Amino acid sequence: MKAPLALLCAIAAASLAGPLLAHFLGADPAAVDLLDRFAGPSMGHPLGTDELGRDMLLRLLEGGRVSLTIGVAAALAAAAVGTTVGLAAGYLGGWTDRVLMRLVDGVIALPLLPLLIVLAALDLDKLGVPRGLALSPSISLVRIVVLAVLVGWTTAARLVRGATLVTRSRDFVRAAQSLGAAVPHILWRHILPNVMAPLVVATTLSVGDIILLESVLSFLGLGVQPPLASWGSMLSNAEELITSSPLLAVYPGAMIFLTVIACNLLGDAMLSRYDPRDPARI
Amino acid sequence: MIRFTAIRLVEIAAMVVLMSFVIYALIGLMPGDPIDLMMGADPHLNSADLARLKTLYGVDRPLFERYLAWAQAALHGNFGYSRLFAAPVVQTLLPRLGNSLILLGSSFVIGFALSLGLGIAAARRPRTRFDAAVNLACFAGVSMPTFWLALILILIFAQGLGWLPAGGIGGAGNSGFGDWLRHLVLPVATLTIANLGGYTRYVRAAMRDALGQDHIRTARAKGARETRVIWHHALRGALVPIVTILALSFGSLVSGALVTEEMFAYPGMGKLIFDAVMGNDYNLALAALLLATAVTMLANLAADLAYGWLDPRVSYR
Repeated sequence: MKAPLALLCAIAAASLAGPLLAHFLGADPAAVDLLDRFAGPSMGHPLGTDELGRDMLLRLLEGGRVSLTIGVAAALAAAAVGTTVGLAAGYLGGWTDRVLMRLVDGVIALPLLPLLIVLAALDLDKLGVPRGLALSPSISLVRIVVLAVLVGWTTAARLVRGATLVTRSRDFVRAAQSLGAAVPHILWRHILPNVMAPLVVATTLSVGDIILLESVLSFLGLGVQPPLASWGSMLSNAEELITSSPLLAVYPGAMIFLTVIACNLLGDAMLSRYDPRDPARI
Repeated sequence: MIRFTAIRLVEIAAMVVLMSFVIYALIGLMPGDPIDLMMGADPHLNSADLARLKTLYGVDRPLFERYLAWAQAALHGNFGYSRLFAAPVVQTLLPRLGNSLILLGSSFVIGFALSLGLGIAAARRPRTRFDAAVNLACFAGVSMPTFWLALILILIFAQGLGWLPAGGIGGAGNSGFGDWLRHLVLPVATLTIANLGGYTRYVRAAMRDALGQDHIRTARAKGARETRVIWHHALRGALVPIVTILALSFGSLVSGALVTEEMFAYPGMGKLIFDAVMGNDYNLALAALLLATAVTMLANLAADLAYGWLDPRVSYR
């Protein structure tokens, strides 16, 4: 549990410290230097430069900020949506439960990536989003977060529903009900704390999945748009140059790989900590 | 069982109808519209022509009316004409579906066989170095972007060693079956490796559960050989959860296939959907997305039926 956590913290800290490092190196991650393209490692550029002469290390750290922000924001948003649905389905039961869970099953059965491509290609103008907002560079971030939530909420919904069903019939919930506590109070104070453990694990695991999804969308040209860069978009830029300078693809690919595997290992370790009965359980 | 299958088929049909409306509405929200495309293609058109064209094609009518007209034609087997391929949609779609099913099917079978071997081997030696190594390798497998894996395989086997073609599909002209097979190796390998980690973890977990059951101890106590205990007694019970989870993963298999097909320029459904959406080929995109949805849901139904066949305790309501 310690090693993946340490790795994740190191990646996050380095990404956050990117601007500081840029200040010390006296370089700007967006500064183009066409006379110094594809340079090898040097004092000024510890990992060399990319196809436009930008510093590789600083670009990686900047991409890390974007990728990690997307991963964490989307994972939290998906957990929030999923928790709301799961609590409603599990606590209210009956028709609410049946309708919501059919919806979850339906979404899980869909081939999601092909549908996401349609959603990612939507014209925000036609959706009624103000033009200034629709053309701003950060809209691509919001778009990816929304798409990731659409894919990711079902996991949390199923988990929370299951845990709620178990907790709902426990004595302290019954006691609260008979004392006349309001439903929101019961959900917040009595049910939610008891579904937190599996939820935290699932959210940790989903951060990795979302970073992978972001990289796939960026590879398909539907992800983060320039001038912003994420690991995924750096990797898809490097794809065309793979034969001449494979290192440009290796670095961002390795960062994605390390971050995602750290999330997965951390989630797995947390799972066996809170549920030591069976460490191999999914 | 027949009743269950019939009900599920009706549900799937209802879901496909629902999705057809959702996708139809979404496609209307994509940039550009058919009349804009015609205007771009022919500079002689004036605004009166455009208005006439809009009425002719019914683009000026409300969304639901347009959808009903499309659905009516679709029910008669007329899904319209593909703009990109200049051919009827159905004629474009079916060979691509065949190619995709070959890719998905072979990678699923190979991945499932390998994961059974690996997962069972790991489950038989819990908490050993081998188990830990398999587990770590599985995590590595699920943590790699599929297209990065494809890129690396192309670099090694097509670029570096020159053993295999980097993309496309063989078998055209006089090249024959061997060439077709050679073109299939890298896409199938990519998709298999991408899914192997997840599959192996499911098999390992299910097998470990199954090996801890009482009837396994009984079988061993009766003196059954270890191979029989594993492959007959334990696997029988473990297959039920494995089949469920693998069936649920079929949707993500389709998603992985899209990336793989795009990466290797393999002419399957995934690449077709991507090209159709990106190329404003509305008719084709709509029909292809619906077909992918229907195929995925039918695969889920097949898995549900297999579930009942594997586990006689399951009764179909």
